[in-house]
Amino acid sequence: MNHWLVLPLLVPALVAPLIALLARRGIVPARILSVASALMVLVLAAILLGMAADGEIRTYALGNWPAPFGIVLVLDRLSALMLVLTGVLGLFVLLYAINGWDRRGEHFHSLFQFQLLGLNGAFLTGDLFNLFVFFEVLLIASYGLMVHGGGAARVRAGVQYVVINLVGSTVFLFAIGVIYGVTGTLNMADLAVKVGELAPGDQALLQTGALLLLLVFAIKAALVPVQFWLPGTYGNAPPPVAALFAIMTKVGAYSIIRMYTLVFGGGAGDAAWIAGPWLLPAALATLVIGMLGVLAARSLGQMVSFAVLGSVGTLLTAVSILTPQAMSAALFYLAHSTLTAAALFLLVDIVASRRPGQEDALTVAPPFAQAGVIAGAFFLAAIAFTGLPPLSGFLGKLLILDSIRDGAVAVWVWSLVLSTSLIAIIGFARGGSTLFWKSTAVEGAFESTAQPVALPMIAVGLLLAGLVLLTAFAGPVTAYLDLTAGQLFAPMHYIDAVLGEGRGS
Amino acid sequence: MFSLEFVAASSIGVLTAAGIYLILRARTFPVVLGVTLLTYAVNAFLFAMGRLAVNLPPLIAEGAAGYADPLPQALVLTSIVISFGMTALLVVLALRAWLESGSDHVDLEATDPDARREEP
Repeated sequence: MNHWLVLPLLVPALVAPLIALLARRGIVPARILSVASALMVLVLAAILLGMAADGEIRTYALGNWPAPFGIVLVLDRLSALMLVLTGVLGLFVLLYAINGWDRRGEHFHSLFQFQLLGLNGAFLTGDLFNLFVFFEVLLIASYGLMVHGGGAARVRAGVQYVVINLVGSTVFLFAIGVIYGVTGTLNMADLAVKVGELAPGDQALLQTGALLLLLVFAIKAALVPVQFWLPGTYGNAPPPVAALFAIMTKVGAYSIIRMYTLVFGGGAGDAAWIAGPWLLPAALATLVIGMLGVLAARSLGQMVSFAVLGSVGTLLTAVSILTPQAMSAALFYLAHSTLTAAALFLLVDIVASRRPGQEDALTVAPPFAQAGVIAGAFFLAAIAFTGLPPLSGFLGKLLILDSIRDGAVAVWVWSLVLSTSLIAIIGFARGGSTLFWKSTAVEGAFESTAQPVALPMIAVGLLLAGLVLLTAFAGPVTAYLDLTAGQLFAPMHYIDAVLGEGRGS
Repeated sequence: MFSLEFVAASSIGVLTAAGIYLILRARTFPVVLGVTLLTYAVNAFLFAMGRLAVNLPPLIAEGAAGYADPLPQALVLTSIVISFGMTALLVVLALRAWLESGSDHVDLEATDPDARREEP
C-alpha cells in the first residue's frame, strides 16, 4: 500500500480546523499555516507526479477495505496532472490573498484549505459516490469563499450560486441512484466492467443515468445551456476567489474526461462513447457565447468571466472528439487556460483597487498608479488567452486544431475556434486600450488608497512565469500528455490496478 | 389495492414535480422549500434503488431467500446529512441577502416592485 496518495487530502484536512482553532490569535498564524500547507500540497503533488510518470497506476484502499467494497483512491497520470495544477494555483492565489483580502471576512484560510481538500479528493477518488462527497466538500468551502467580504451584490450572487449547485447535487444523486440500480456498484473500475456486461433491457436506464451525470458535470463546467450561473458568480466573487475558481470548472471537465473514457468508453457496449454527440454542440455553443460575452462586457471582471466560459468551450470541444490526440491537446489547453484565467482575475483586482469610484469598469479615466507594469502583465495574459503567438494559448489552440482534421466536425471546429479567437482579440484589445492606453491622455489622477505592495505583483508574475514555462517546455509537457491520453484510452490497466489482475480484459 | 412500487414511484414523482415548481418561483422562501422537497424525493429514490422488498433480513440470515441491500441506506444517510447542512446554509444566506439588498429574488435582476422590502 502506497501511503503517499492520501497525504494531499490529510494535510489540508488537518490544517483547516487548526487554523479555525487559532482564529482568535489574529491573522499571522493563519497565514503561516495556510501558506505552509499550500506549499506542502504542491510539493506532495509534484512527488505524486514523479511517481505517476512511470505509467503504473497506484491505488490506496481507505481503511484497507479491498475494492470494490471499500473506497479507493487512484493515482494515474491525469490525477497527478490535476493535483499539480491545483497545487500551483492554490499557492499562487494564496500568496495574492494574504495581501489583505483574507482580512475582509472571517475564516478565509480555513475555507481555502477545505477547498484544496475537496479539489484534491475529487481528482484522486476512484468511487462515484465519493466523487459526489468531495464535490460537496469543495462546494461548501466555495459557498463560504464566494460570499467572503460580504456586500449586497455578492451575497445575492452567492444565493444564486448555492441554489444552482444544490439542484445540481440533487441531479447528481438521481444519476448515481439510476446507475447503482442497474449495475449494483459505484466503484468506477467495477462500473467499467459491469457496464460492458449489462443486459440489453437495462440499457435505457443506464444511458439515462449516464446522460444525467453528463448534465451534472456540465453544470460544474458551465456548459451551454447550463452556463448562466458562471458570469454572475465569477464577476461578483472576490477576485482572488474567482482566480481559485478557475480550477472549479476544470473539476467538471476532469469528471467528464474520467467517466466518459473509463466507464462509458470503448468497453461499454451500447453505451460506448455516449458523451461525444451531446458534448460537441454544447461545447461549440459555449465557445461562441463566451467569446461574444467578452466583446459585450462592460467591466474587466465580466470580460474575464466570459473569457473563462469561452475557454471551457474550447477545452470541451477537444474533449468531445474522444480521440487520444485531441485529448492530449485538450489537457494542454486545460493547464494553460487555468493559469491564464487565474492571472487575469488577479489583474482585475489589481486594476480595481487602484481606481476607486470606477473600479474595473471599462471606462476612460485618469491613469492610475503603476499602470505601466500592470498594462504589461495584462498584455501578456491577454496574448496567452486569445491564442496569439508566442505564448501557450497559441500552442494549445494549434494542438487542438491539429488533432481535429477529418470530416464535417473539423469544418465546424476550425471555423468556430478561429473566428471566436478573432472576436476575443478584438474584445481584449478594446478592454486593454480603454483601460491603459486612452487613460494616458486624460488629465488628473486617482486618489490611490491601495499602497503599492510587491506580493500581489509577484503572485501574478509567478502565474505568468508558469505560462512562459509551459510554452518553453511544451515538448516534454506534450510528451507527458500524450502518455496521459494513451493511459485514458486504455482503461484495462486502470481496472486491473483497482480490481486485481485479469479483470480489465 | 395499490402496489408498493406504485405508491413509492408516484410519491417520488409528486415530490420532484412540486420541488421543481417551487424552485422555478425564483423567490428565496419557495426555493428553500423546493430544494427541501427535491432532496426528500432524491433520498426516497436512492432508498428505492436497493429494491423495494419486505421481510428480508438486513445483510444475511440462515435460510433466507435474499437480503435487503444495505448500501443505499448508507448513501441516503450521507445525502441526508449533506442536504440538511446545505439547506441550513441556504436559509442563512437567503436571510442575509434579503437584509442586505432588500430583495428576495434569486435571479440577479429584481425588476418586480413587490420584491422591495418596505423601509421602516
